[in-house]
Amino acid sequence: MSEAVQMIRESSPIRPEIENPLIEVSDLSLWYGDNQALFDVSIEIPENQITAFIGPSGCGKSTLLRCFNRLNDLVDSVRVDGDIRFEKESIFDANQDVNALRKRVGMVFQKSNPFPKTIYENVAYGARIHGVRDRSRLDEIVENSLVGAALWDEVKDRLNDSALGLSGGQQQRLCIARTIAIEPDVVLLDEPCSALDPIATAKIEQLMVELKERYTLVIVTHNMQQASRISDLTAFMYMGKLIEYQSTDKLFIDPLEKQTEDYITGRFG
Amino acid sequence: MVLKANKPKRRSAQDRLSDAATSLCSAALAMNLLMVIALLAVLGYNGLSYFWQRPLVEMHLAGSEVVLGEIHERKPTVDAEAHRVRIKTGNRDVTGSDFRWIDERDIESKSRPESAMVFERMEYGNFYGTIDSLHREDETLVHGDQAWPALQRMLKQKRGEKKSIHRLEKREMGKLNHRIERLRIGILRSDDPGLREQKRVLEAEFEELSQQLFSLRDTYAAEYLVMKTGDGIDHRVPVGDIVRAIPANRQSVLDKAGLYVSRVVEFVVDDPRESNTEGGIFPALFGTVMMVFIMSFAVAPLGVLAALYLREYAKQGLLVRIVRVAVNNLAGVPSIVYGVFGLGFFVYFIGDGIDRMFFSEVLPTPTWGTGGILWGSLTLALLTVPVVIVATEEGLAAVPRIVREGSLALGATKFETTWRVVLPASAPGILTGMILAMSRAAGEVAPLMIVGMVKLAPSLPIDGNYPFVHLERKFMHLGFHIYDVGFQSPNVEAAKPLVFATALLLIVVVTFMNLGAIAVRNRLRRKYATSAV
Repeated sequence: MSEAVQMIRESSPIRPEIENPLIEVSDLSLWYGDNQALFDVSIEIPENQITAFIGPSGCGKSTLLRCFNRLNDLVDSVRVDGDIRFEKESIFDANQDVNALRKRVGMVFQKSNPFPKTIYENVAYGARIHGVRDRSRLDEIVENSLVGAALWDEVKDRLNDSALGLSGGQQQRLCIARTIAIEPDVVLLDEPCSALDPIATAKIEQLMVELKERYTLVIVTHNMQQASRISDLTAFMYMGKLIEYQSTDKLFIDPLEKQTEDYITGRFG
Repeated sequence: MVLKANKPKRRSAQDRLSDAATSLCSAALAMNLLMVIALLAVLGYNGLSYFWQRPLVEMHLAGSEVVLGEIHERKPTVDAEAHRVRIKTGNRDVTGSDFRWIDERDIESKSRPESAMVFERMEYGNFYGTIDSLHREDETLVHGDQAWPALQRMLKQKRGEKKSIHRLEKREMGKLNHRIERLRIGILRSDDPGLREQKRVLEAEFEELSQQLFSLRDTYAAEYLVMKTGDGIDHRVPVGDIVRAIPANRQSVLDKAGLYVSRVVEFVVDDPRESNTEGGIFPALFGTVMMVFIMSFAVAPLGVLAALYLREYAKQGLLVRIVRVAVNNLAGVPSIVYGVFGLGFFVYFIGDGIDRMFFSEVLPTPTWGTGGILWGSLTLALLTVPVVIVATEEGLAAVPRIVREGSLALGATKFETTWRVVLPASAPGILTGMILAMSRAAGEVAPLMIVGMVKLAPSLPIDGNYPFVHLERKFMHLGFHIYDVGFQSPNVEAAKPLVFATALLLIVVVTFMNLGAIAVRNRLRRKYATSAV
């Protein structure tokens, strides 16, 4: 162990030059109780790009993602060291309103999690929470979001049906619609396609590419093809450490680290 | 894979054991079902046959005695050589008892005379006999055959008179009395001559109405029938006392069916008579349903909020575990203990406190410091709150963490998430708890006996007098009614069928309340949790 750590620390990850990053992570370490899940991770996320985190299970990529909207706060035993700055401001700052942060950094989960409400209410939920009362304004938000999530045509006639009656792929797009309905700056996607069939996956991938015009996307994925298809930048993580962070083309064609190469060529993970 | 089909497989001891266990389980289930069916059958048969009019039988006994009545059962005699019948002879004011056993060997002849009548009366139970003549004070109105049609017309008229007496008594005089009582309390509070004057005016008005009432009553009681009992004794029956006059042996099946329906309706919507052994059970039905509703309104927020705190907010640790175990155990505390607590806490402590603060002028007569429907309902709310807490906690636990995170990730606060997502999603579970709580509360009798349930309540907890809902009033309850009618009444034998009918009604009430709650729950389930993925 100690030898491996030594080796990794010496070869600090190679990073791309990013001008004006939206999110800057510096020396972030995270513990669940006594278990350290992240080791001195530093990474910068550019605006209006898709950044993908790849790596084997348990490498900390989801944990890192969940730091961006401080969803890890919900875990009782969690402890964080280091800093994350969103638009130059630390999200761990005492003055930081977590709910306001989460409004700007939306999240789509691995398993679709529509609320047990109607389709309409699912999409309108965030807007209602953030104080929109006007019915016509809500209608507009719902329609725009569903159009934005490429779901409108499929559900426009049954907005008042339960969201749980939708198919898995539709549910996941509903969750995306629900997220973009609050007009965030960043959308975090935590393995959004892992429970979907290839056709639904293709739809969501296409949607993500469209969404990057308006949002900054960070996606965690198990699927290396997916990362190579849609992302602009890819970070490879292993055992809580950021091993390599490169433009996607470079990382998949010519990785600088041996571990990255081993992983993407399928030698482990 | 090769199967040797021709060789029968030897069954192992374990297989046989497992078969035995399976049949044992199915037998147990069958037993349970059988008992439930038997319960419903017994209640249904005994309860529903009560309303059916039996034929009137006239029996000439040895020694020239004549008995008229309805045969209720037939059993072997003690020496097992013949049978004896139990006959309802009514005429309690003449003979002193309603029922009589007769040995069939003593019967010389039996007939069903066309002219035999049965009267249901306001007092003294049924009267069996034949009509002789109809009188008004000293004047004979009709005699013989013409008496029956005349009686029918007169009964219709009496019903009208009775209605106006009732209106005068309950509504107008009741209202006046209520206002006078409020003025009396007002005067006790502040000795205002204006109030005294008002009270005097109202009292004069009341006196006038009383005079009216007396004269109405006199008119009402003017007519009477002279009846001949089976034995040929003349007996006077005031016409106003007759609830129904039934020529039972002349009735067609259709007439009897009509009578049946009318009796069932009377049972459900009328007030009881004759210390609850006759008439309807409406006040008890009303009290039961109202009590359950108040209980639900009290227990739902109490249980749901407690469960929310336990599951969503409290730090899960040893203390919460102990609290949870304690709550679960509360469900096992004998219900009478809750009654004692309700008496000590609600009635003596809170009720008395309210009295001393707001109703001190009428003390020592208690207003809230005595049993009442509110205290009964709250006591039952305490009794059923563990059920609601447990069911709600299970409902909350069934809401996936990822759904909560979905809400939080949209910037919702924990409160918003709980209130708008978690609680609606667990509503079916909460309703399941409410259904259980309501069923338990509807059937609970013991604790209510000491916190406000009575044998006979003079008025309903809701009426036309300000403030319309009187939560401090005592109330009647179907469960207690069953006990009281069946085992505490002076006329147990006559009231026995009512026990079954009331028990049947109690089951029907509980079933309907449950069906209502289940319908709501299923609607919520359909609305929210359809087949996912």
